[in-house]
Amino acid sequence: MKEVLRCYAEDPFDYKPVEEVLVKFQGVKGALIPILQAVQEAYGYLPRQALEYVSVKQKVPFSRVFGVATFYAQFHLEPRGRYIIRVCQGTACHVRGGAKIMQALKDELNLEVGGTSEDLKFTLESVACIGACGLAPVIMINNDTYGRLTTEKIAEIVRAY
Amino acid sequence: MSQKRILLCAGTGCISSGALKARDALIEELNKRNMANDFLIVGSGCHGFCEQGPIFIVYPEETFYCGVQPEDAAELVEEHLVNGRIVDRLLFKDPISGVRVRNHREIGFYAKQMRKVLGNCGVIDPENIDEYISAKGYEGLKKALLMEKTAIIEEVKSSGLRGRGGAGFSTGMKWDFTYKAKGEKKYIVCNADEGDPGAFMDRSVLEGDPHAVIEGMLIAAYAINADEGYVYVRAEYPLAISRLRIAIKQALEYGFLGENILGSGFSFDLKIKEGAGAFVCGEETALLASIEGERGMPRPRPPFPANSGLWGKPTCLNNVETLANVPLILREGAQAYAAIGTERSKGTKVFALTGKINNTGLAEVPMGMTMREIIFDIGGGVKDNREFKAVQIGGPSGGCLPAEQLDLPVDYDSLAVAGAIMGSGGLVVMDEKTCMVDLARFFLTFTQNESCGKCIPCREGTKRMLEILERITEGKGEEDDLDTLQDLAIAIKDSSLCGLGQTAPNPVLSTLRYFMDEYKEHILEGKCRAGSCTNLITYYVFADNCIGCGVCKKVCPVDAISGERKVLHEIDTALCIKCGACIEKCKFDAIKTR
Repeated sequence: MKEVLRCYAEDPFDYKPVEEVLVKFQGVKGALIPILQAVQEAYGYLPRQALEYVSVKQKVPFSRVFGVATFYAQFHLEPRGRYIIRVCQGTACHVRGGAKIMQALKDELNLEVGGTSEDLKFTLESVACIGACGLAPVIMINNDTYGRLTTEKIAEIVRAY
Repeated sequence: MSQKRILLCAGTGCISSGALKARDALIEELNKRNMANDFLIVGSGCHGFCEQGPIFIVYPEETFYCGVQPEDAAELVEEHLVNGRIVDRLLFKDPISGVRVRNHREIGFYAKQMRKVLGNCGVIDPENIDEYISAKGYEGLKKALLMEKTAIIEEVKSSGLRGRGGAGFSTGMKWDFTYKAKGEKKYIVCNADEGDPGAFMDRSVLEGDPHAVIEGMLIAAYAINADEGYVYVRAEYPLAISRLRIAIKQALEYGFLGENILGSGFSFDLKIKEGAGAFVCGEETALLASIEGERGMPRPRPPFPANSGLWGKPTCLNNVETLANVPLILREGAQAYAAIGTERSKGTKVFALTGKINNTGLAEVPMGMTMREIIFDIGGGVKDNREFKAVQIGGPSGGCLPAEQLDLPVDYDSLAVAGAIMGSGGLVVMDEKTCMVDLARFFLTFTQNESCGKCIPCREGTKRMLEILERITEGKGEEDDLDTLQDLAIAIKDSSLCGLGQTAPNPVLSTLRYFMDEYKEHILEGKCRAGSCTNLITYYVFADNCIGCGVCKKVCPVDAISGERKVLHEIDTALCIKCGACIEKCKFDAIKTR
């Protein structure tokens, strides 16, 4: 284990954020998910080095860390855009034309679902349901919800960012 | 106090409709006139009438204003607050009679409801514990702390309360199992991983009345001897999480949480766990695995969580709405509670009305009300005066019920007989433009995506079912597909490990049961009567309605529409990609599908 950690000392990767996260969660039971949530908050995604560091420090096999990180929709192994656009794919949105909204966003941003623009500005994602069914069809851009959408409104909303 | 109270809905729905901007404009307007001290502007939880947001209610006359925008602030202040004249144009307009309604109690949407669990939602400030207390909050807890634990459990049992999260298991029984389980350390967990697409009652209760959930958990914890609890809530609900945090902090300050609660010797520690986005975590064993920091995969039961749950300790899991019912039962007594509802389904249920319905929102009704009353009297009927086709109830685990079932009383048992489930209470209304085969495909796509992959029937079976449904919607269905679908569905139901897999075939089975004709049309005639399966339809210009305005021609992304101005236009079906842009734009209903 010492050797593994020595490797880290020579790695140009910035380990400080993940170190800080682990200090915060010292001795907390079942903390793997909150740790990964905090690491992602710090880096914007889950870099491989950070996951390895968590595995070594928490004495959890890397396979388990990787398993958890890939199981939940919230976690991402690649860098993401500053603005995350989540398009609701819930039943209410489906019935009220959610698929068309998704297509309009794909066209506007020239991205596929899960894709990130080259300038790291936007990431386009689908989400199962954001529970704002009364306003269907709905999208979220970071923490702001936009409802009662039509395809025409898409360009205007996106361009405001 | 001479201050007048103005309430604005600060739920997720109204905030995204611009409620906070309208509030700021109102405050600014009041400041301009030096009137800010005469009014108390309070943000409340969800009123449930999300369709009409942002919603403002002016007290004491309780004038109900909807769709209030920042630019309306000046008029609202000048007319109503200064001159005492009601601003007619901002009142709710009844969609059927066209009459403007002043008080929300007169609106059909509210008139037939029985708001018990949602009683505080939209009335009190959820970020102020004093308002909860003055609405008889924490009285149920005080009463419980003076009772024998077994007596509390008996009380909940005899109230007839059943789990509101889906399966409808007796809450009192669940408590009893956990109470009787051997072990010093016990946990109570609130399942707020509301994952059913089309359901948002748990979010609204957490946003609008978080203390009711905390009080329910406290009573449960005291009764089953738990000293620690978790609320497992979706990370997609940021507002609910922040309101819950505030509520926990205030409850600690007031001595309702923490050590030696109200001098009773009972201590309770409550934590929030944010879910990381996995539908399967709504299943109780998967949820517990997730709290423990593992992948959220279910495990076989028994042992049930009541005996071996979180970290192997006896654990009681209840849903948000279930827990919010508990203070009510303690406060008003099991008998009063059981007086509402049907023989085997007691109390009220909150439904989320969505889809092609006029009044989208949350409605709380006594158990046993008919589907027709909920959809037509409260929901205001189908949007755009279209024909009602079906209602989907219970999310991806539920089923679709046709018009013939509209008079079905909505309770746990009647729904099960009809092939649906209560589930969490999402009601999605569909009209003739919704294709039932496509809807079944939609739900299977969802469960397929969310299947955790642990057991083979769910992982592989739902995939095969989805492939067949995709084929049918693409017009490549074969006759034996329907038998295969049925066989697969039954095998998956019988052999899956957890509730997700066991109920995943329900949308297919119920559509096969009630809408077999539509499946057959897709396969045998290559026809989609709803006009939504793109491979099976062609677009054409309906000559009687076309005035040759050219709007469709302009919007067509592939230049498939031709025609001179004021002359009948034409669609080149070889070029048409069936994107629907022309239909959306045409004001004369001149583009149709066949």
